[in-house]
Amino acid sequence: MINIDPSEARVRANQIRCHIINMTCAAGSGHPGGSLSAADIVGALYFGGMRIDPARPDWPDRDRFVLSKGHAAPVLYAALAERGYFPVEDLDSLRKLGSPLQGHPDMKKLPGVEMSTGSLGQGLSVANGMALAGKIDGRDYRVFVLLGDGELQEGQVWEAAMAAAHYGLDNLTAFVDFNGLQIDGPVTEVMSPLPIADKWLAFGWHVIEIDGHDMEQVFRAIDESKTVKGRPTAVIAYTVKGKGVSFMESVVDWHGVAPKEDQRDKALAELTERRPD
Amino acid sequence: MKKIATREAYGQALVALGRENADVVVLDADLSKSTKTIEFKKAFPERFFDMGIAEANMVGTAAGLAAAGKTPFCSTFAVFATGRTYDQIRQSVAYPHLNVKIAATHAGLTVGEDGASHQSVEDIALMRVLPGMTVFVPADAVEVHGAVAAAVRIDGPVYIRLGRMAVPILHSDDFKFVPGRAVELRPGTDVTIIACGIMVAEALKAAEDLAAEGVNAAVLNIHTIKPLDVAAVTEAARKTGAVVTAEEHSIIGGLGSAVAEALVENCPVPLVRVGVRDTFGESGKPDELLLKYGLTAGDIVTAVRQVLGRK
Repeated sequence: MINIDPSEARVRANQIRCHIINMTCAAGSGHPGGSLSAADIVGALYFGGMRIDPARPDWPDRDRFVLSKGHAAPVLYAALAERGYFPVEDLDSLRKLGSPLQGHPDMKKLPGVEMSTGSLGQGLSVANGMALAGKIDGRDYRVFVLLGDGELQEGQVWEAAMAAAHYGLDNLTAFVDFNGLQIDGPVTEVMSPLPIADKWLAFGWHVIEIDGHDMEQVFRAIDESKTVKGRPTAVIAYTVKGKGVSFMESVVDWHGVAPKEDQRDKALAELTERRPD
Repeated sequence: MKKIATREAYGQALVALGRENADVVVLDADLSKSTKTIEFKKAFPERFFDMGIAEANMVGTAAGLAAAGKTPFCSTFAVFATGRTYDQIRQSVAYPHLNVKIAATHAGLTVGEDGASHQSVEDIALMRVLPGMTVFVPADAVEVHGAVAAAVRIDGPVYIRLGRMAVPILHSDDFKFVPGRAVELRPGTDVTIIACGIMVAEALKAAEDLAAEGVNAAVLNIHTIKPLDVAAVTEAARKTGAVVTAEEHSIIGGLGSAVAEALVENCPVPLVRVGVRDTFGESGKPDELLLKYGLTAGDIVTAVRQVLGRK
């Protein structure tokens, strides 16, 4: 059984999706597709899954979230704003000169961002380091990291996967946002990472496969990963790129293109209509 | 003269540091016996992490440790520590300005018999160009102790370049290592030899030989390539009117380039750079390689004669 009522996270994830649409439209560029596919996972983490305090972004015992797929920055910024790390109105400064909301996350510019990312393949190593530090210091915080499926093509991910298992980092949960698409097309056509679950199993991880848009399943996976001892947990989350906006869903072109104003309005109308109670 | 490799001194310095600073952790990529991080491993096994032959992950892990408050030292051979991991250092360490110290051993041609694949002659250039990166090239064991201690006090990334071969001790134990400050090892009036690393001892030898010819050469030791002591370099050029640089590194992007940049902007004087001339190394004994690639006291003397002819 899950310990957390997922209903608030559902509402927030919908709100996060609205922010993603608004902010990428205002920016005129950005990555809506992979931000929308991760909205439920990130929503679950920031609204129940993680032990955090927006008033104390440097709290040593806080749980950490590393967005390894840094191009999904809008989903992270939206979650941080929704959670109260900074005003929601600031989301409109995304990608603008002088804004702390850089095109890819910058930990030095925005409190709450745990790691500067953007060059794919590096976040799991960093999460390992944070988890290792927690072990050394005897702190009970947990480290969460979100990887893309295309990102699994980077060799460093597997160096890190090996190391996390070797050092028994059971304070680490890695989500794979398996939305199936990357810039040049379906991941299975560009450079297949399949079988994904088997790979993590073979590397010595505890593996959970879920529907990454079913909030109950996301929370159950988070809870389960916290009970695993002696090894890290990989949550393979089957998702839909562009999830929540009909004309963006599973359309590869929405990887790195911002919606125009009419598209924004249409998307917001759909999301508002589907807002959970 | 007593000789000790800078990597040996590094191993000792790490242990001393580990005793006084509980936040220091050390990572290596299967070369701890060669880099001498094994000394730290013996003393503090719970704070040592062998990351296997996976340098990119080692640097990324160090970034995470630093983000969580640790002061990680990463070590492997210079060629892997900077080339193999360049993007990880750029993206996960330098860009977020994290407290990761990269102490690379076996730099330069004096790796010797292993050949060009293992001889890093471009690492200073790679590290120097990164915003916020401090670059130390200690010339002897005493400077290594100073550089390691200074690295911990610096808030941000630091690169420390170390060698395989035993090199003479140049300083007394009371030498005070001040980051970013050049050290005048020998005053002179006719020319200034600016050197780093193993070439400092060669520069001193060259200055002796030149004295016999009636040339009064100053020797300036640059243990900090970045931030460069521009004031000292400029002052030396103003005083002596000619400069020779000497480094066990490509003349492109290293000490010679840094000095050239400083002089052209502040005090243009004739300059000759002694270093590896846009080529890879090869297998051979360290001394044979230094001779073949023009990195001896004799080569510095020749360069001084050239530069004096242009004065």
